[in-house]
Parts: sequence; structure tokens; C-alpha cells
Amino acid sequence: MIDPATVYGLTGAAVVGIGLYGFLSLRHLLRRVLAFNVVGSGIFLMFGAAGYRGAAVEADPVPQALIITGIVVALAATALAVGLILAYAGATGRRTLPEDDL
Amino acid sequence: MTAPAIDIVLCATVLAVALAAVSGFGVFRAVVFFIVYGVLISMAWLRLDAVDVALAEAAIGAGLTGVLLLSAVARVTRLTGSGSYRPRVNALPAAIAAAGVTVALGWAFLGLPVPRGLTEDVARNLDRSGLENPVNAVLLNFRAWDTLLESVVLLAALIGVWALAPDSGWGGRAGVPQHARRGGVLESFGRTLPPLGLMIGVYVVWAGATAPGGAFQGGTVLAAVLLLVAMAGLLPAPRIAAAGLRLALVAGPAVFLAVGMAGLGWGGFLVLPPAIAKPLILGIEAALTLSIAVTLALLVLGRPEPSTEGGG
Repeated sequence: MIDPATVYGLTGAAVVGIGLYGFLSLRHLLRRVLAFNVVGSGIFLMFGAAGYRGAAVEADPVPQALIITGIVVALAATALAVGLILAYAGATGRRTLPEDDL
Repeated sequence: MTAPAIDIVLCATVLAVALAAVSGFGVFRAVVFFIVYGVLISMAWLRLDAVDVALAEAAIGAGLTGVLLLSAVARVTRLTGSGSYRPRVNALPAAIAAAGVTVALGWAFLGLPVPRGLTEDVARNLDRSGLENPVNAVLLNFRAWDTLLESVVLLAALIGVWALAPDSGWGGRAGVPQHARRGGVLESFGRTLPPLGLMIGVYVVWAGATAPGGAFQGGTVLAAVLLLVAMAGLLPAPRIAAAGLRLALVAGPAVFLAVGMAGLGWGGFLVLPPAIAKPLILGIEAALTLSIAVTLALLVLGRPEPSTEGGG
């Protein structure tokens, strides 16, 4: 009725939404970075599912290679973001942004 | 073709755990759920027949990102206190916006034409790539540009992290000094796991030529070994000004770039002649693995702190 690629693709779309909700609403900066990683992971899942043609066919290697590159770059960006958050927390004693204080 | 029940159950669990990671109050609990989420997503990659991606997700997405966030939670809590605060703002508009994006993405996904894909093109040229694993053939030969620039991105991120160091910490040991209880769990693991981890890491890189694995997955395992030894307090983290360390960081991109330049003689930048592609790729992978392992470990350890000067 519904094939595996569609199940994983739609799951990816829902994961993007869940991550976006967290990214927009959470105030703790580390949780925001975490939510952003969830968004990225959902996009990877949609991309990978789009390249999947069922168990009988070999999965497309090009999306897989791009996703592996993406996972590594996401870690590099996360490490830089965490470094910035630690420097911000050390300088201000805050873990949230003042513009979210309303 | 109907999706087997296991895919439905796995996807439902993925969604529930993702939701748990962005809801609730505790930041520590959120990170724990995120690690569980990473493991579940790597199972999803196995189901999608993408074993290389599953390895990368388990090692980098769940493993290293998890360690990075866990240690960041401890450090931020120490810097800002653990008092209560309002965890979220504008929850309702955010939820509406997120739901809208999900519906649009799902609709777009269902409307995608069935792509021709590049599977056949890769398969046709695989015997000229020097590798038998199509994913690594794409990474290290057909789309070597991506991988070369990716290794530079890692280096740029590390420079960014180091640039945050206070003046008094510059050139000091990376991260905060680590102490583990003598004879405790962490110290015991720190002594018993590294030999095993070194073997697995090198094996995963070597196996990547013909089977799932490769420089990024193996390099991450090696980075985990370095982190474990540093976090168990068995060896101090390296000084970021050390010449040997700097050499290890640039070895991968430098060798990659040199081979790419040599390719100009064969018809273009990063062109690998099929006859000697295998040894060239092995050379690139060896240097790249070293650089990836050291860069990833230092990214997770973070900037040098002033207090690390003179310690150990």
C-alpha cells in the first residue's frame, strides 16, 4: 500500500518539522543547536529515501556519499556553535539570548 | 511494494524519540534522547541499504555529537548555574510553522518524479575508480572535490573554535583538564579499549575499499580512542601550538591537494589515472584518516582554557 522509501521520506519530512519546532521555540542555546541537528538529519533521511529503489535494486551511491559528507560537516558546524555558546556563557553567565526574555 | 511492519515501527519510534529530544525540560535528558535518536536513525539507514551512512551516523551523528553535547551541558551548567528558567517561547506559532513546513515537504516528496539516479553511471565506471565500494568510489574519486573541501571545512571549524580561546590560553592544551577516578569505570575503559579501537579504526578504513567503511568512519573511531584516553585523564590533551599536531591536522588536505595537482598532468585537477588510482587513493586515505581523527578529537575537546596552562 505504501512502499518503504515513502515511509522513510515522510518520516524525514516529519523529523524536519519536529526539529524546526524545537529550533524556533527552545530558549536554551544548546537545545537549539541540538534541534538544528535534528532538522539536518531529517533532510538527510528524505534525500536518502529519495535515492532508494527497493531491496532488489542497489541503492544509489551518490546521495549516500553526499550524506556522509553532510554528517561530517554538521559535526564541524555543531562543534563551532558549541564553542561559541561556551564563550558566550563564560562572558555573560547566560545560557539563553536576551531577546527571548519577553 | 508494501513497507514491512519493522519499517513502520522504526519510523514511529524515530519520531517519538525526536519529539522527546526537543520537548520536556532537562537539557541533559534532551541530549540523551538525541543520542538514542542517532542510533535509531542509523538503523533506518541500514534498512535503506545505506550501510556506509549507517556507520557514519552511528559514529559521528550519535557518538561524537553526543559526547560534544554532553560535555557542553556540563560546562554550560557550571558557567551559568542550574536555576530554573522558562524553557520555550512562542511555542504555538513555532508549532504551526513547523507543521506547515512538514506538510509542504511531504507533499513535495510525494510529487517527486522517480529519479533515474546515478547508480548505473557509477557501476559502469567502478572498475576505473580503483575501489570496489561504490560509495567510497564517489567520495574519493568521482566527487573528490567534495571530500577535499570537506576536509578543509573541518580544519576551518577547528580554527574557528581555537580563535575563541582567550589570549592567556592560546597555545595551551585543548579543552579543560580531565580527571577520572583511579580504578574507576572510565579509567579502566581508557586502558582496555584503545588497542581494540585502534584495530577497529584501521580495519574500517582498509575495508572501505571493498566493503562498507572508509576514512571518515574509521577516522571517527580513532578520534574516539584519542578522546577516551584524554577524557580518562591518562594522557594530557595536546598543546595546540605543537608542530607535530599541526602537521597531523594538515596532512590529509595537503596530500589530497598534492595528488589533485599531480592530476593536472593526466588531464585535470583531481583526475586519477585508473592504472594507479588504487595506490593514490590509499595514500590519500592514510593521510586523510590521520587528519580526520585528530581534527574531530580536537573539535570535541574544544578551545584551550587558561587554567590548562602548566597543568600536567
